[in-house]
Amino acid sequence: MSLLREKLENSKDLVFTAEFPSVDGGGMASVEKTAARLAPWFDAVNATDNPAAHAHASNTTTAIAMKMHGLEPIMQIVCRDKNRLAIQSDMMGASLHGITNLSLLTGDDVTAGDEPEARRVFDIDSAQAINIARNMAMGTYLSGRKIDPAPDFYIGAVENSAAPPFDYRIQRALKKYRAGAKFLQLQICYHPDRLEAFCKGVAKIAPDLKLIPTIVLVKGARGLGFMNDKVPGINVPASTMARVQKASDPSVEVNKLTLELAQHALTLPGVRGLHVTDFRHDETINDLMNELGRTPKR
Amino acid sequence: MLKKLLPVVEHALKVPVWDCRMCGQCVLHSTGMTCPMTCPKTLRNGPCGGVREDGNCEVEPEMRCIWVKAYDRTISLPLPKVWKEHYNELRPPVDMQLQGTSSWINLVTKRDQQTPAGWSVEDGGH
Repeated sequence: MSLLREKLENSKDLVFTAEFPSVDGGGMASVEKTAARLAPWFDAVNATDNPAAHAHASNTTTAIAMKMHGLEPIMQIVCRDKNRLAIQSDMMGASLHGITNLSLLTGDDVTAGDEPEARRVFDIDSAQAINIARNMAMGTYLSGRKIDPAPDFYIGAVENSAAPPFDYRIQRALKKYRAGAKFLQLQICYHPDRLEAFCKGVAKIAPDLKLIPTIVLVKGARGLGFMNDKVPGINVPASTMARVQKASDPSVEVNKLTLELAQHALTLPGVRGLHVTDFRHDETINDLMNELGRTPKR
Repeated sequence: MLKKLLPVVEHALKVPVWDCRMCGQCVLHSTGMTCPMTCPKTLRNGPCGGVREDGNCEVEPEMRCIWVKAYDRTISLPLPKVWKEHYNELRPPVDMQLQGTSSWINLVTKRDQQTPAGWSVEDGGH
């Protein structure tokens, strides 16, 4: 059984996950270095699948490399680049290497990346991918062909609690739950009220769906501006932006904001941990985890 | 004969009104009469996480997200209750073999309800 599943399903402990930085050059040495930085703090780490529609080392190979260096991978699969055959083979290939945590999402459009002229696939959507993974875990490919023994997937998905249509986001999360998702990593949300309404709504109907909101470490107002302007579906309220911009030290203020968002998220129903995306790549992550009362694993 | 004629008639009627893409497995009734195949990501199960703050599309900023539209219309249009109840159903992957065929014929023959043997949506396995 995956350690992530063990912790989320059989304990009350909070779970912290992170995003493994995309791998380009640098080989295994770079993976080792990053793994060493993340290992003390995180229970599991996402191996991303061409994030923001930029090509990088693939999701499966990154997950394998992470596992070799002691991290528990959550393998992301997005629906943008692969059809249903390739997505099922991604899942099965991961399982071959003992990688069973999945995070299945639609994915940014090709126009969000540096190769907007590429063909977008979207042969299936995220809810369908979740259902396919669930059926594979029960012993059949989508075609009905048997898999024996069945892969032991622990299926996760992603939802944006803060994008329109706001009321419907709860329903969409529950649709993914019905399709077979056991945990949801939530996109960064700079509107605490929206996150709160979402978590309450989901927890009321599906109290066993584990919610893991994201927090993002950025360097200051420019980083926040980037999130607002360039990351699809992310909105930073003007008042939040102004608070950081007008602070005597925006870098300190943005960390205060991150900590507040994290602490608030952890009080919400259904929330079982946090997902951390680190764009700073400095010691801030250690400070944040210390402030949240975490002790590093050795 | 009908098999050749009906797709032509359906195309002529549904393209001007709904920008129909002739997927051959029409779900308009359950999406507030808004065609999900006009979503740039052709999503059949609701909006992606990239919807802009103003409710417009991530890919085409000038266009209203078709799932925002579908949601609003499902609530506001005087559609039969049973259609509205279908809004949130988990729709199976598109059958690419039906592309270009008449969804009317596929509805009558129930061909549009055929799903692969490994597609099952009972309980989510919880």
